[in-house]
Amino acid sequence: MADAFKDYLHIPKSFLLKVKENTPESKLKSVLKALDEEYSEMKVVPGESVGLVAAESLGEPSTQMTLNTFHFAGVAEMNITMGLPRIIEVLDGRKNLTTPMMDIYLNKPYSQGQEIKKIALSIKETRLQDVATEISINLSDSRVEVTVDESRLAEIGMTKQGLVTALKGEVKGLSVDLRKDFISFKVKNKEESVNNIFKMKEKIKAIVVKGIKGISQVLPVKRGNEFIIITAGSNLKKILLLPFVDTTRTISNNIFEIEDVLGIEAARQAAIDEVYKVIENQGLNVDIRHLMLVADVMCNSGKVRGITRYGTVKEKVSVLARASFETPIRHLIDASLYGETDNLKSVVENVMLNQPVPVGTGMLKLVTKPEEKKAK
Amino acid sequence: MTDVYLGGKFVGTVDEPQKFVDYLKEQRRTGLLSREVNVYHNVEVAEVNVEAFKGRVRRPLIIVKDGVPLLTEEHIRRLQKNELSWSDLVKQGVIEYLDAAEEENAYVAFFEEELTKENTHLEIAPLAMFGLTTSLVPFTNYNSAQKVNTGSKNQKQALGFYAANYAVRMDMDVNLLHYPQNPVVKSLMHDIVEYGKHPSGQNLIVAVMSYKGYNMEDAIVINKGSIERGLGRGSYYRPMIAEELRYSGGLVDEISIPDKEVKGYKSEHDYRFLEEDGIIYPEAMVAEGDVVIGKTSPPRFLSGMEQYSLSSETRRESSVAMQHGEEGIVDTVILTENAEGNKLIQVKLRDNRTPEVGDKFTSRHGQKGVVGLIVPHADMPFTASGIVPDIIFSPHGIPTRMTMAHLIELVAGKAGALAGRYVDGSVFSSESEKDIRKELLSLGFRDNGVETMYDGETGEAFKVRIYVGSMYYLRLKHMVANKIHSRARGPIQLLTRQPTEGRAKEGGLRLGEMEKDTFVAHGASMLLKERFDSDKTTVPVCNNCGLIAVYDEYKKRSYCMVCPESDAGFVEISYSFKLILDEFKNLCIYPKLKLVNKY
Repeated sequence: MADAFKDYLHIPKSFLLKVKENTPESKLKSVLKALDEEYSEMKVVPGESVGLVAAESLGEPSTQMTLNTFHFAGVAEMNITMGLPRIIEVLDGRKNLTTPMMDIYLNKPYSQGQEIKKIALSIKETRLQDVATEISINLSDSRVEVTVDESRLAEIGMTKQGLVTALKGEVKGLSVDLRKDFISFKVKNKEESVNNIFKMKEKIKAIVVKGIKGISQVLPVKRGNEFIIITAGSNLKKILLLPFVDTTRTISNNIFEIEDVLGIEAARQAAIDEVYKVIENQGLNVDIRHLMLVADVMCNSGKVRGITRYGTVKEKVSVLARASFETPIRHLIDASLYGETDNLKSVVENVMLNQPVPVGTGMLKLVTKPEEKKAK
Repeated sequence: MTDVYLGGKFVGTVDEPQKFVDYLKEQRRTGLLSREVNVYHNVEVAEVNVEAFKGRVRRPLIIVKDGVPLLTEEHIRRLQKNELSWSDLVKQGVIEYLDAAEEENAYVAFFEEELTKENTHLEIAPLAMFGLTTSLVPFTNYNSAQKVNTGSKNQKQALGFYAANYAVRMDMDVNLLHYPQNPVVKSLMHDIVEYGKHPSGQNLIVAVMSYKGYNMEDAIVINKGSIERGLGRGSYYRPMIAEELRYSGGLVDEISIPDKEVKGYKSEHDYRFLEEDGIIYPEAMVAEGDVVIGKTSPPRFLSGMEQYSLSSETRRESSVAMQHGEEGIVDTVILTENAEGNKLIQVKLRDNRTPEVGDKFTSRHGQKGVVGLIVPHADMPFTASGIVPDIIFSPHGIPTRMTMAHLIELVAGKAGALAGRYVDGSVFSSESEKDIRKELLSLGFRDNGVETMYDGETGEAFKVRIYVGSMYYLRLKHMVANKIHSRARGPIQLLTRQPTEGRAKEGGLRLGEMEKDTFVAHGASMLLKERFDSDKTTVPVCNNCGLIAVYDEYKKRSYCMVCPESDAGFVEISYSFKLILDEFKNLCIYPKLKLVNKY
C-alpha cells in the first residue's frame, strides 16, 4: 500500500480497497481526500436519534403495505405469510410462526435435478394416520389396531415389515406386532385404563413413520440453474444432518431455530433478511441499515428478543420509559417494590417532565466558566 | 329426504322438496298463507328454509308463468285509470315480494323481451334493484360501483328545499338552498318521488378544464357572477332553547333581563338585544357573546341564611348566549310551554351562507370537490356563443375514478337545456348517448360536446376545444364557516392545565406522539420543549423528602408539609407530571425527586 494511504487508515478497509490499484501518486491524494470527505459525510453524527429514525423509516412504509398485499392465486405455490403480518411476526419475536418454511439447497449431483423428487419425498413427514385406512380400539384386548393401506405404503417406498420396524423404533413401552390384517399396539406387562388407550391412540396416529418431523409439504423448484427444495414446516437441525444437503446455504425462516442451530449472529442476519425480503417484495425502499439496527437491538443480549413488553422494552433502564409503553401500573409497582431510580437519561421521560430531550441539540450542556477576578 | 326449517328451527322432513316449496308458494300467492312468508330451497345441502321473521329485506317482482308475465295490459290500463292499486296487484298474486334467500331460487328476467320459459320472475323496472337515493343518480350503469355509492351518499348531504313549512318548524341544524331547481337530466325515480317539489341542487354550466392550478386535487373554480345571481346560496337555521325549570322547594328559573346583582352577570352590552320580557326581538343581528334569552336560576346549594333571603344576589346567571365564533340574525321567536307546563322559549337563528372558498360541491356521481377560487365573471373563459361556465371542473378527476356517467350527464344536460326538455337517465333504460349526440348536432353544436373557448383575461382562443355542458350540481352541507378554527392563546383544562380540545371550546391543535417523534428525529430538543410548554409550572421540591413542597406567597417562602424544617428547591416541570406524581401517591408509590444541579 502506498504511503498516501497512511493518513486514511480510519476509513474501513473495504472502501480503501476499492481505490484502483494503479492510480497515479499525484491523483491518489485527491482521490483519497474525496473518499475521506464522502466517508465522513456518511457517518452518523453524535446525538442523531438513529433508533427513532429507524422506527419511522420502517413504520411509515408499512402503513402503505397493509392494503396492497399480493396473492399468488391458482399457482402451485404455497401460501406464505407476507406483508405486514410477517414483519410483525419477526419483530415481535414469535416462536410459533404461521407459516414456517425452509429453502433446502442440495449438493451435486442432486442439485442438478438427479432424483430430486425422490429426495424431496423422503424428507416429507409421513404420519401413521396418512398410511392407515383404519385405526380402531379393541377394548376386550385393550389394544389399538391399525389397518394399513398397502398402496399408499408403496407410494412412499415402504413395506409392511419396514413400517413395523420403524414403528418399533419410535414408540416406547409398547409392543408392536404385525398381525394378519393389522398392526397391533399393546402396553407391555400391564392392563390399561380405557382413558389411557384413547390417549395412546391419538399418540399413535401422529407417529412419524417416514421423513423428517415438521416438514409437512415439499416442493422441488428450479432457482437459477440449480434445483432446490422448498418446504412448508421447518426442522433445521435434522435437515442439516442429511448427506445430500448443502449445509452452507440451507436456511429456515424460523429465527429461533437458526439461533439454536447456527448461533446468534446467524439469527441476526436471518431477522434482517426476513424483514428485507418482505419490504423488497412490496416494492418499497427502506435502507438496510435501519433493519440492521433493529436486529442488533433484538440480538444484543445474546438471545433473540422481540420488540414487545416482554422483550426489549423490559430491558429499558428507565422506569418511566417502561411505564409509558403498555401495562404502566405493573411496572410502577415493581419499581416501587425494588426502589428503582430513574435517572432521566432517555427521551420519553424528559418529554414527560417537559425537559430538553438528550438528543441532537439537547445532548450538549455548555457551561461558561466565569473569569476569576484577579487579586490586585 | 330434505330437512325443513321454520325460522331457523328444525321442524321435520319432506320427501319431495320441490313439490313442497311449490305448494307453499302457491298458497302464499292465493293468500292462504301470509304474503310475508318466504321459502328458500337449498338444493346443495338438501334444506328448505321457511322464513317469516322480521327484518328481512324484501323486494317486489312480477311473477312469470310459462314465460308469460302475470301482469297484463289490462292490469296496466286499469292502473292508469286508478281502478287498481299496487296492493291489489300483490293481493291478486301478480306481484310478490322475495327476500334475499328466496331470490336464490328465482330466475329473474331483466326486460320483457328477454323472457324465456325458465324464467320465474320479471323485473318491474331495472330501477327497482337500487335504493331511493341510488336511483337518483342518472346513467348509474355507466359508473363504477364505488362511485355510484358515494354519489348517492352525497345526495343525502346536499342543501335543498327539505320541507315547505320550514318557516314554522324548529329543526336542528337546517340548511336551505335559496334557488333549488329540478334536474334537467333525471331518472324515473325523480318523477316517482316528485323530486321537483323538494329539489336539492341546481343545473350549472360546467367546463371541464384546468384553471391556473386552482382546481387541482378535486377543487373547483366558481364564477363570482353566478354566485351573485344565486348559485348555491343558502340559509342556515339553528334553534336556541330556554326553559323555565322548576326545582324542589318551589324554586323556579326566571326568564328576564338578569339583575346586575346576579352571580355571573356578563355585561350590560351583552344584554342589549333583550326586550322587557328578557327575550330577543326578531331580526336582531347577533354575534359572539350576545345573549339571546336572558335567564337566571336559583342557587345550586342552599345553605344557612340563604334559604330565607332569596334575593337576586344569590341567583345564578344562566342565559342562553351566542357561542364562540357564531353569528346570525334572529328569525323567529316562539313563546310556548312544554309537556310539563313549563314556560318554553324557542329562538330560531338564521345565517346567510354564500358559497366561499372551501365550501363543498358535488355532482351526482361522487365527484365532490371544494371551491378553490372564485373568479370574477369577466375573467372566466367563454364560448363563441357567449356562454360563461358557472363551474370549472378539473379533468384529472375522471380517469382513475371512471365516472363515465359524469361525462354523459354533461352532454345530456346540454342537449336537454338547449332543446328545452328533460332527459331520461334512468338506470339501464336511459336515452342512448348516440341519440343525445344526434340531437346535440341537430341543435347546431358539436356532437361530442366540445366547444372553442376563449380566455376571459386575454380574449385569446384556447388551443384545444373545451368539453362544456350543463350538469346538476349539489351544494353539500360541509361549509368552512362551520369548521374554520385557530388558536394562539385560549382556555385550558382545570385538571391538567393543558389546552382544551375541540373547536367549540376554542381548543388547541394537538401535537401528538408521532408529531413529537419528528422533532426528536431532527434533534430539535429545545423546539420540542417549547412546544410542550403549554402546561409548564415551577414547583418547589423538598430537598429532604423529595415531595412537592408548598410556596407561601404571603411570606415569600417555601416549606415542606412533611418535613417543615428543611428547605425546598425550585424545578420547572410540566403540570401533568406533577399530576402523575400525585397519582403515584394514590397508588401508594412514593415518588421521591432528587434534585441535582443542572451543571
